This record gives sequence, structure tokens and C-alpha cells, in this order.
Amino acid sequence: MDLFEYQARDLFEKHGVPVLAAAIATTADEAEAAATKIGGKVVVKAQVKVGGRGKAGGVKLAENPSDAREKAGAILGMDIKGHVVRTVMIAAAAPIEAEYYLAILLDRSNRTFLVMASVSGGMDIEEVAHTAPEKLAKIPVSAVDGISLSKASEIIKAANFPADVADQVAHVLVKLWEVFQSEDATLVEVNPLVKTKDGKIIALDGKVTLDDNADFRQPDHEALIDQAAENPLEAAAKEKGLNYVKLDGEVGIIGNGAGLVMSTLDVVAYAGEKHGGVRPANFLDIGGGASAQVMADGLSIILGDKDVKSVFVNVFGGITACDAVATGIVQALELLGPKATKPIVVRLDGNNVVEGRAILNKAAHPLVQQLDTMDGAADRAAELAAK
Amino acid sequence: MSIFLNENTKVIVQGMTGSEGTKHTRRMLASGTKIVGGVTPGKGGQVVEIDGHNLPVFNTVAEAMSATGANASVVFVPPKFAKAAVIDAIDAAMPLVVVITEGIPVHDSASFYAYSLTKGTTQIVGPNCPGLISPGKSNIGIIPSDITGAGPIGLVSKSGTLTYQMMYELRDIGFSTAVGIGGDPVIGTTHIDCLKAFQDDPDTQAIVMIGEIGGDAEERAAAFIAEYVTKPVVGYVAGFTAPEGKTMGHAGAIVSGSSGTAQGKKDALEAAGVKVGQTPSETARLMRAILGR
Repeated sequence: MDLFEYQARDLFEKHGVPVLAAAIATTADEAEAAATKIGGKVVVKAQVKVGGRGKAGGVKLAENPSDAREKAGAILGMDIKGHVVRTVMIAAAAPIEAEYYLAILLDRSNRTFLVMASVSGGMDIEEVAHTAPEKLAKIPVSAVDGISLSKASEIIKAANFPADVADQVAHVLVKLWEVFQSEDATLVEVNPLVKTKDGKIIALDGKVTLDDNADFRQPDHEALIDQAAENPLEAAAKEKGLNYVKLDGEVGIIGNGAGLVMSTLDVVAYAGEKHGGVRPANFLDIGGGASAQVMADGLSIILGDKDVKSVFVNVFGGITACDAVATGIVQALELLGPKATKPIVVRLDGNNVVEGRAILNKAAHPLVQQLDTMDGAADRAAELAAK
Repeated sequence: MSIFLNENTKVIVQGMTGSEGTKHTRRMLASGTKIVGGVTPGKGGQVVEIDGHNLPVFNTVAEAMSATGANASVVFVPPKFAKAAVIDAIDAAMPLVVVITEGIPVHDSASFYAYSLTKGTTQIVGPNCPGLISPGKSNIGIIPSDITGAGPIGLVSKSGTLTYQMMYELRDIGFSTAVGIGGDPVIGTTHIDCLKAFQDDPDTQAIVMIGEIGGDAEERAAAFIAEYVTKPVVGYVAGFTAPEGKTMGHAGAIVSGSSGTAQGKKDALEAAGVKVGQTPSETARLMRAILGR
């Protein structure tokens, strides 16, 4: 899960990373009140989970509370690269002398953690990495050892931070490691980390990504979910414990196993090229279990998607044999009754496939048709969606 | 021959007394795997009877190893306790640890992987993987053993069901070993580790490599193939239609910006001389053409 800037700021504050006074507002009135409370000049910042908001006009300096009100009014409701601004952060303005970059992230390629640090902060770090790689220090961090103060000092030295801030920045890095580790983050990025005119180091803007697998030991993280931005179908699926992603096509997809479902989406998209360009409508992995209830939950989510014109159920019977899956489909259709209205193409293969196909044949549900191969079934599902 | 396991591999099951552990212990026994015991902290001294096999339960992996001579472990422990289980196995210098558990926080898997490197005596497969099978010899994990038999193809895949699908497509030819390496961002055994082992395995004549979106493991594997592998390799990559920034089932299956795309992986593999199928069935046909079957 990616966090909003204000959520990252709050996590920073919780773990002792220096940040500026700030508050969030969802209306111009609230923005004015927040600016009054903070006092002096403030910055009004659009809260969107996408880069480039500054260039899009989503970050403005306000001279006083009434100016903050006006700026917030203009920013709230803006569309920044498809993200509607629902919240702004009002933050104290700081006189900046220098901008740095500091991040801790999971380095998948090397299967370790990595600190990236640069004295050229404030801009797009991928740009820096590309145009001036020598200005971006990349230092691996062992998941066992973490970042002690001496390790942090080493890193800051290697990144050529000026001597007058090196100590402060090293301390900030240790605190960022605390955020990274204790919050189960896969990315903690500060850009820019600034030096103010009075020599203080402050995290001015932050980006944090949290590991959803750690939710079981991070009860506070549930409150960070942006309910408003969740697709209603995705939210409904999540409630049922289903692994579902809404896409923009017409063929509803259900399968077992993440890899097979991804593959099914691709095969449907290829087949769709011959049928007016129809595309997969969703990703839905019902996992190894695939009980009747799970199948019913999955089918009802997909049949509730108004974009869906046909459904493709693609299952390879492994641990759960095809007869159990077929029984699940039949029971699911009974549970759904008249709510099941779209053609369903089923392809079963693998463990107990003969029995599974026989169960579906016997049930002879008018909406269900079976095909023997994944490619053939994808083609039929695409054809039905194109009608 | 086979890679990583054979008919003499002695396996203990960490989490054998749990429902998943018991179910899959039964399946592994039925497919001929030499299961010699289980580990559940606090339940040491018990004996569990599964289909006529009396399997001793130990508190630690070290005790299980010294009592049974086990040289592989398979982990069915829930995410919350998985790190402790794997660390226990590493501390006992267990040579092979196959972690089936899905949903382990990446801080935990990064940590036990890093720890395994400091010890240098344990190879981890997974987590979030179906395990590995050498048909007719041994089966560690949850891959159905009745899809196909022994044969000349080596298979390495991030995905469980695509592993089964590919074994099924090529069931008349058979496999030396099929390894499901797992779909998490940090895994213990990579495509490259398996490619190297298959290249060095005299019984493997050709290799199927299945990848998916996310990370750059396939690109790195492509570079390794160009440099090291002389046996024919066919490839498949899932996730061409996956949108940017969405996790597709597997924790590691995510396109970030322009990196980790299926197209990028396909291009890299093809540049290394790997024939890449557009669908699983086309991939199987490419393998058939290579083997002339």
C-alpha cells in the first residue's frame, strides 16, 4: 500500500524523524483554520498518490490564512493525472538552503535492503540516477544488521554530505530505518530532505510503501487505507477475502493461482484481437481451495460488474481436483439463481478432469459451456463478449 | 539424476501437526517422498500416524536431523511463525529448506534469506512456492505428483498453477525436476540457480522457464542463459495485460513504472536466444519442436 504524503509525515513524526508542523484539510474552511493554527506562511499541498503534482499546480505557497483558503479552494477537486484531489496538507513554510535525497527500499534484484542518498535532492531521483549517477550513492543494508548510527555515518560519508550536516542526517537515517523496519515498509523515501537557513534538517516530503503481508502484525495500518479511492468491486472482493483487480475490459476472469490467472488475462486479450478488441475485465484468483462458496463469491463479484459481457472460468485442478471445482460452479449457480445472467465458459484440466466435466455436463446449466483447452475457451469467451 | 532432491532425500515437515501440514504430508508420502518426521515447537515427543507411517515429532530442526538424518525440510508454518521456523532450520544447517507458506512479510523473508547467506549451509526454496518434484523420485511441497512422470525436461517457474499447466501440456514427455521458486519479491532460489543446476544435470535435455511481471529476475536469467546455458531453453512470461502499479495475486507480481513488464522480460529472453511462447500451449509446442516429439 502506498501512503499519502501526510500519512508518511505522520509516521515520520511518530518515529522521531524531524518534520514541519502540518494538518490536513478537505475543505477551504478547514484549510484556513489549519493555516491560522500553524501561523505565518504555509504551503498548501495536494494529497495525491502520483508524482508531478508541483508541475500540475498542486503545490502553492500561501501568505496568510485567507490566502491558504483561496489556494486550497483551487487545489481541492483538481484532477492530477487522473487522481482527484480530496485532501490538502497545510504545512509550515521553511526557508530552504539545500535539498537532499534519502531513501531506504527493498532491492529485489539483490534480495537485500538498500539506502539511496544524494546531495542533489528535490528533483526526480530517477532523473539524477540517469543523468548523474555519481551523485546518487547506493549502499546495501543487511536485513539482519539494519542501520546503526555508525553504519548511517558511513553511508552519509559515502554520499558526500557536507560535514556541517552529516551528523544530523545520519541521525535522521537511523530514525528512517526505524520507520522502515518497525512499520514493515518496502519504501521510505524523503525528497527533499532539506537544510533550513538556520541549519536544521527536516523531512519536507515523504513517500512510504507498506507491505500488505505484514497487516497481521500492523493493526494500525488498516486506518491508512484510502477507502474513497477503492474501486467498489475491489472493496467488495476484499471483504470476501478474494484476490481481485478490476480491469477495463469485457471478459470476466476467474482462475486458480496467480500465474495461471495472469496468463488467462493475456490469452483472452490475444483472443480478443479477433473479436473486436475485447479485453479481460478483471483479475480474480480464487486460490488453491476453490470451494463452492469461494466460487459463488467470485462469480457474484464478476456478475455484479456491469462491464462484464461473458465469464471465463479457467481452472487447473491440482490440490483441489476438477470434480470439486465443478461442484463448486454448480452450487455457485444455484446460490446465485436469477442473478447469474451472463454466459460462462469453463475450461477444466488436471486432476479428476473427466469427473469434473461430467458434473457440469449433467447439471447442463443453460449459461455454462465447456471447452477442452485454455486457448479454445478464451476464444469462445471473447467471442461471446463481442456479441 | 535430478536437481536439488532425489529418491534418497529424507524430508521433515515443519508444521506437520497443522491441518495443511498433515494434508500435504499425506500427499507427499503417497507420491513416494521419504518423510522421516516433523517439527512443531512444544509438541516434541509425540508420534503422528499418517497412512500407516509413524512419524516422530520434534521441538527443533536440529533434534529432528540428529534423530532421523533428514537432509531437507518443508515449511507449512503460518506467516506469523514462518521466520522462526526457517531460522531454526538454518541454525541446524539443514541443507534444503522449502518454504511453501504464502503471505510472509518481506522483512521476514529478507531477514532469513540474509541469515542463510551468513551461515552458508542452507539453500532456501520459496517462500510462497509450490515446492519441487522429481517425478517418481521425490516430491517436496504441494505439486500434484500424478500429472506426469520422469523425463528429460527441467522446469523452473515463479507460479504454481503454471507449473502444473506446463507439466500437463508436456505430460507424455516428462520432467527431470520441476521447481516452483515462488512469487514473492525475495526468494531463496532463483531462475538462475535452477538454470545452472539443469545445465549441469546430465538427465535434463531441455529447459522450460516460466516467469511473470515484477522485478528483473527474468532479465538476469536471460543474461545468465546467454553466458552459461548451452541446452535449449523455451520461455513463457505471464502478465502482458497487467496494469501498472497493481499487485496481481503474487506479492512480487507488480509492474512499477516501466520496470518489471512482461514485454521487457520477453525481449530480454529472446535476445538471449530463448524461444518465448505467447501462451502456455504455444510454449509447450516450442518444447516439442526442440525435442522432436
